[in-house]
Amino acid sequence: MIPIKSSEITPENVYLNRRTFMKGVGLAALGGLAVAACAPAATPIAEPAASTAGTAAPVATASTGATTDELGDPVNSYEQITNYNNFYEFTTDKEKVAGLAKDFPTRPWTVEVGGLVNNPGTFSIEDILSTFEREERVYRLRCVEGWSMVIPWLGFQLSKLLEKADPQSSAKYVRFETLMDPDKMPGERSSWFEWPYVEGLRIDEAMNPLALIATGLYGKELLPQNGAPLRLVVPWKYGFKSIKSIVKIDLVEEQPTSLWMAAAPNEYGFYANVNPEVQHPRWSQRTERRIGETKRRETLMFNGYGDEVAHLYDGMNLAAYY
Amino acid sequence: MTAKLPTLRFTKFQIFVHVAALLPLVVLIIDALRGNLSYNPIQEATFRTGKTAMILLVASLACTPANTLFGFTPAIKVRRALGLYAFLYALVHFTIYIGVDYGFDLRLVLLELEEKRYVIVGFAAFLILLALTLTSTKGMQRRLKKNWKKLHKWVYAAGILVMFHFIWVQKSDIREPLIWTGVLGLLLLLRWQPVRTRILSFRTSRRAGRRKPRPTEPAKVSEPEPAAQ
Repeated sequence: MIPIKSSEITPENVYLNRRTFMKGVGLAALGGLAVAACAPAATPIAEPAASTAGTAAPVATASTGATTDELGDPVNSYEQITNYNNFYEFTTDKEKVAGLAKDFPTRPWTVEVGGLVNNPGTFSIEDILSTFEREERVYRLRCVEGWSMVIPWLGFQLSKLLEKADPQSSAKYVRFETLMDPDKMPGERSSWFEWPYVEGLRIDEAMNPLALIATGLYGKELLPQNGAPLRLVVPWKYGFKSIKSIVKIDLVEEQPTSLWMAAAPNEYGFYANVNPEVQHPRWSQRTERRIGETKRRETLMFNGYGDEVAHLYDGMNLAAYY
Repeated sequence: MTAKLPTLRFTKFQIFVHVAALLPLVVLIIDALRGNLSYNPIQEATFRTGKTAMILLVASLACTPANTLFGFTPAIKVRRALGLYAFLYALVHFTIYIGVDYGFDLRLVLLELEEKRYVIVGFAAFLILLALTLTSTKGMQRRLKKNWKKLHKWVYAAGILVMFHFIWVQKSDIREPLIWTGVLGLLLLLRWQPVRTRILSFRTSRRAGRRKPRPTEPAKVSEPEPAAQ
């Protein structure tokens, strides 16, 4: 477990940092409408300093220091990434997750890999970290709510883990499950959803080289608010597909029903590919706001990862399989 | 005839209402200047101004029943101000959306508009409030005569549209907008004649009851009428 001293979670520091980041944006939001017409504000790239909510241990595989994604867009600051989180297991308030999750114990932690595999097993997080070599991947994250970030993840390809488990030929889907522990994750007491959080991928999606199991970001171990100790990252899908704090990975024959599919089947489908052409029943997915920027951007098909993943959906009607 | 300047005398209640109505705007500006508007400040500013507009609209709709049904006369003096403040916040809300969120890029706005139907609903409410604001003066009231009342009944349509708008934008938990919709529904109900009659007769009988504690006994001497209730 990563010890977090309460002295290191200084609201004042958070506040002061935030102040510097948001000053320009805040001004634009109110008085300076003219500012809004300008080019998107550059996102300051903050060093992952200890002044953010919580501290994370550095990882031997340090950050490559990448400051942009492959499209040239700057990565979001460590502070933004670790303080603006959708993690309903804690709370639906994105700015309160970090505070509520700060004492969430991520050690000991085991992940049960099973279902239709030849090598099932329960693995400790230490096993996993020593088995799979990690690398940095700078990915865009597009939330279904219409905001996005660029995040330098640290992790390993999901395919590597699945190959070790050796799926049987009858396995068609991968089902993921988050820890169910309402004492540690107070949001799981909410009766609006059927807990635990469940997500799924088709097996060929899961084997795609882009699909990542992340255990860190910015060259450090993940903080609980980002899904520690390990989470899925599927950057061509809306953020909610990237399930956090995974305890169970099952290979299954039938398409799993995710938490969001169960909660609102007409709004959230199994695939949830980022697609500006397919609208959410109540809002548009054509544009998004990069956190830290003022003006909106147009959303890219498959979040800009079409070359890598479009072939997975050849011949599929993406409006029907949303 | 000498022109008289209107006397600017406010009651304590009026001052309270004006301060309370302006406070969210002041807090918003301070938060914006200090960078305290969350990591998604435009969304936060949009949410806050929209919610304040909604609350003020509901408050303005509560004024008439507060006065006619419950005898709270000061409410009438702040009804128009509350309505105008509701429009002010709606205007800021709308301006942030078009001007800051979309940077006046109407192509982007139109690209999304047919899919973001809650925006159309909110905009319809905004147009109603705009019309009511433009006709809110005494002069317009005089000029429009009977039509003024008819026009200003549209405030209820605006209220209903606002609630739709509010419910529609929620991702999952719609309890809060439902509570506000309930409040609006209650205020509408209070306008309904049978409900009004019942409340008024209930209040009259209670008042009468208070005057005559034992109504079964014949009153010996008629007590003096209490001054104001």
